[in-house]
Amino acid sequence: MEHVTLLIGIVIITALVFDFTNGFHDTANAMATTISTGALKPKTAVAMSAALNLVGAFISVQVALTISKGIIDESAGVHPEVIFAGLVGAILWNLVTWYAGLPSSSSHALMGGLIGATVASVGLAGVNGEAVAEKVLIPAIAAPIVAGIASLLATRLTYRIGRDADPKATAKGYRAGQIASAGLVSLAHGTNDAQKTMGVITLALVTGKVIAPDANPPLWVIISSGMAIALGTFIGGWRIIRTMGKGITDIQPPQGFAAQTGAATVILASSHIGFSLSTTHVVSGSVMGAGLGRKGGVVRWSTAGRMLAAWALTLPAAGLVAAGAALLADQGTWGVAVVALLAAAGCATIWVASRRKPVDHTNVNDGAVDETGVVTTAIAAVTPPPAGSLPADGLTATIPAPAGTPVAPVSPTDPAQATA
Amino acid sequence: MNIDWAALGSVLGVSLAVTVGLVGVFTLGIVGLSKEGAVAARTGAYAAFAVCAAAVAYGIYIIVA
Repeated sequence: MEHVTLLIGIVIITALVFDFTNGFHDTANAMATTISTGALKPKTAVAMSAALNLVGAFISVQVALTISKGIIDESAGVHPEVIFAGLVGAILWNLVTWYAGLPSSSSHALMGGLIGATVASVGLAGVNGEAVAEKVLIPAIAAPIVAGIASLLATRLTYRIGRDADPKATAKGYRAGQIASAGLVSLAHGTNDAQKTMGVITLALVTGKVIAPDANPPLWVIISSGMAIALGTFIGGWRIIRTMGKGITDIQPPQGFAAQTGAATVILASSHIGFSLSTTHVVSGSVMGAGLGRKGGVVRWSTAGRMLAAWALTLPAAGLVAAGAALLADQGTWGVAVVALLAAAGCATIWVASRRKPVDHTNVNDGAVDETGVVTTAIAAVTPPPAGSLPADGLTATIPAPAGTPVAPVSPTDPAQATA
Repeated sequence: MNIDWAALGSVLGVSLAVTVGLVGVFTLGIVGLSKEGAVAARTGAYAAFAVCAAAVAYGIYIIVA
């Protein structure tokens, strides 16, 4: 460890911050429906999810050093500055979407960041465009469809079988079922996503020649990655939990059970068969499917539309911010320092903005009553943070994408929201 | 572009079958338990829960392995 340079140290800290935002962002995937149906108290739910994420980080031993699954040419393109810039892009986009309460894929943010940083630093040749379509675009379209159909049919079936039963008598059973499948999602998340950070840190150590290329990640890497993701999960991205659990559709216990079981099944089936799907996309699709599966169930398409817009923007937005960061960081030590300072300032700005109308475990289930408020908040939400972080990337003109585009899909759906 | 339709198809097929199957079996279980006094329903319910527990165990096995 005595060979860890300042730059590698900064990369490691940034990777752990990303890991934290990853856990924070994805708590909703496992626990949103469990919380909104009241199967678990909010604090209990995030504590359970955090514990299972931590366990998940330790039980799987395969750490992928190919963090980008062949999308970028890691042997040619990756040096610590690029990894650092990619992480900065991913972190900022994760925070912007969290502030807007939109579930978006942390893996897409990381990939987008790495792609953007690689293009800025090495050029287009460092990126495999076909792989982007194969590994990112197609799964992003497939995931919500597969999960949505499975959960829709399962919801129909469970309502049909249970139609003569007394809801009070079955409530306990649905509660247990939801907790079990939410637990599986948490465990799978810990094994997959904590691994990503371990891979990033290990790659940084390898490129910095601190450890040998074929070495396993040191124990402190495994422990710190597991702790960071668990802490992020425990702090809980309540804004996203509210959107997922209340904003898309009103979830009842049988729907929550069907949605969560469908999500757990699709996640495990896809990782087992080798057609990897993003947890966020799967769970969002499941919740929509469950919403459509109940008679009288309503999916709020305006919320779903905003969510889809955020998904489409994740890769380019994180990529643009990362590209700007990479151009700066490649200038040398001062560039890295400037990027680090601007990133910290951007994070602080978003956090301060979020305190104006905080969402936490006490009001996480109030989403539905405040629906117009949610929309206006989301519009207001999407606008200020990039403006606040304007100095962060003003030099490289990366602001327009994150600032301008998310607003566009929101406005047309707004009247529909008001009349709904 | 080389989309692995076979893998995508199997993910869809397996997900549909397992989700609908498990949710169905589990619901039969909780409906069975909600009928008071029926011994056959109760036994069937426990059998259904055993199937679901086995599925969860297999899920954990997939995660760990």
